[in-house]
Amino acid sequence: MNHLTPSATLTVEDPWALPLDAIDPSEGRIFEAGRQHEYFRRLRQEDPVHYTANSPFGPYWSITKFNDIVEVDSNHAVFSSAGNIFIGDQPAGFAPPMFITSDPPIHGPQRKAVAPAVAPQRLSELEALVRSRAVAILESLPRGETFNWVQLVSKELTTQMLATLFDFPWEDRHLLPYWSDLTSTADIVGAATADMAERERGMREYLAYFTRLWHERAALPPKFDFISLMAHNPATKHYIDAPMAFLGNLSTLIVGGNDTTRNSISGGLLALNLFPAEYEKLINNPALVPNMVSEIIRWQSPVAHMRRTALSDYELGDKQIRKGDKVVMWYVSGNRDETVIDRPDEFIIDRPNARHHLSFGFGIHRCLGNRMGELQLRVLWEEILARFPRIEVVGEPIRVESNFAQGYSTLQVRIPA
Amino acid sequence: MIKVTFIQHSGTPYEVAATAGSSLMRAAVENGVPGIDGDCGGACACATCHVFIEPKWSALTGPAGEAEFAMLGFSEYRQPTSRLACQINLTAALDGLTVRLPEGQF
Repeated sequence: MNHLTPSATLTVEDPWALPLDAIDPSEGRIFEAGRQHEYFRRLRQEDPVHYTANSPFGPYWSITKFNDIVEVDSNHAVFSSAGNIFIGDQPAGFAPPMFITSDPPIHGPQRKAVAPAVAPQRLSELEALVRSRAVAILESLPRGETFNWVQLVSKELTTQMLATLFDFPWEDRHLLPYWSDLTSTADIVGAATADMAERERGMREYLAYFTRLWHERAALPPKFDFISLMAHNPATKHYIDAPMAFLGNLSTLIVGGNDTTRNSISGGLLALNLFPAEYEKLINNPALVPNMVSEIIRWQSPVAHMRRTALSDYELGDKQIRKGDKVVMWYVSGNRDETVIDRPDEFIIDRPNARHHLSFGFGIHRCLGNRMGELQLRVLWEEILARFPRIEVVGEPIRVESNFAQGYSTLQVRIPA
Repeated sequence: MIKVTFIQHSGTPYEVAATAGSSLMRAAVENGVPGIDGDCGGACACATCHVFIEPKWSALTGPAGEAEFAMLGFSEYRQPTSRLACQINLTAALDGLTVRLPEGQF
């Protein structure tokens, strides 16, 4: 499967040839080249709590082992989310206050305001809708022709479901992934090539559009979409008077519901092609789908990192973290920690204890939409197995230049005619 | 062995036998009780082992701790009797414990 090996055209230094203290896993290029796992393998072996003194984002700690990440993630009293959850700092004057970047007591009530949109009961109601959309998308796919799975399937299904969660005007739904990509592709996540002027223009449009929707929803009785829930809840109704807070919280929900599931849909198909014996196993036993969904989310780790800021000195793995230090939890590394996960680089769809992964984070900031993501993946794979004997990946995927969203812009596939 | 009963949201009971010293979450996961996930492995960090303690047992299980209370705050179904099963250590005094499951885990 030579065509599926990491890109040889992007030159990234061999992590094993670098002096340990020169290792900086925050460069977006490393992820774009698909070399991140080698970088983190070396850090887990030789320096699991690693200090990078010089990086474009300033000095920061890398936490690379599973249990250390759980320790940091669940200790919000020491490891604060306030200010920012990316390695890169937001530009001066653009630090939107959002619940994902807040500590208690601000975080809880605001987060709780939007949770009903993805609560278990609501998801049971949405399952039939997810299924009918998945079926329509799959039925429209060409047979015997090469096409980009990301565009026609991963992006389309997640966009449609995101439009439903926001009750967003259907005909404009493609604006959602456009805005999501603008938000998540920026120099602060290591995307050196991002067009920051286009980003700013897009963000203004995006704010204006949602401001209009908000006023419409605020004037109507409450419903279960994100906008209506925020417009009617005392903990969040001030967003409309604080455009940065509004934009920030919208972005949390849009990026959270978009990049993540999209890249897991693409990553799952790629993984099954890289591990053909697992594809066989799946075809012979479709009941493995729910367990495979957790394995996909672990193997792909769609969110590569979350960053915290130390509020006090803290000793971790014989290293001394100082008050004020940036601490980056590399979920992408913890999910491949060979001391916690057996044969972690392998994709094993019937892996025991597959739910024990870091991709949703742990502690009070744990992913709000985890069940929505799992639901979309499960239903999509049930419907794929019901109609296609095989979907073949026919080219090397093009990965995204980001140290945050781990994903693909192109995955060329073919469904045999 | 300690006998524990998990009553599903649908009403179906699952009776399991657990060893003393194990957590209530482990007792469920190791015996394949549906509806208890325990994603974080017992670190009080995911709230996917939420249960309601039957009133006659609540004095013995005690109240939720501070971190546990914060995690339970994210459930749509929290009640005064809510606990995370990973934070309940099974002792001989809890032989016969009965808990109910919410409609869904976080």
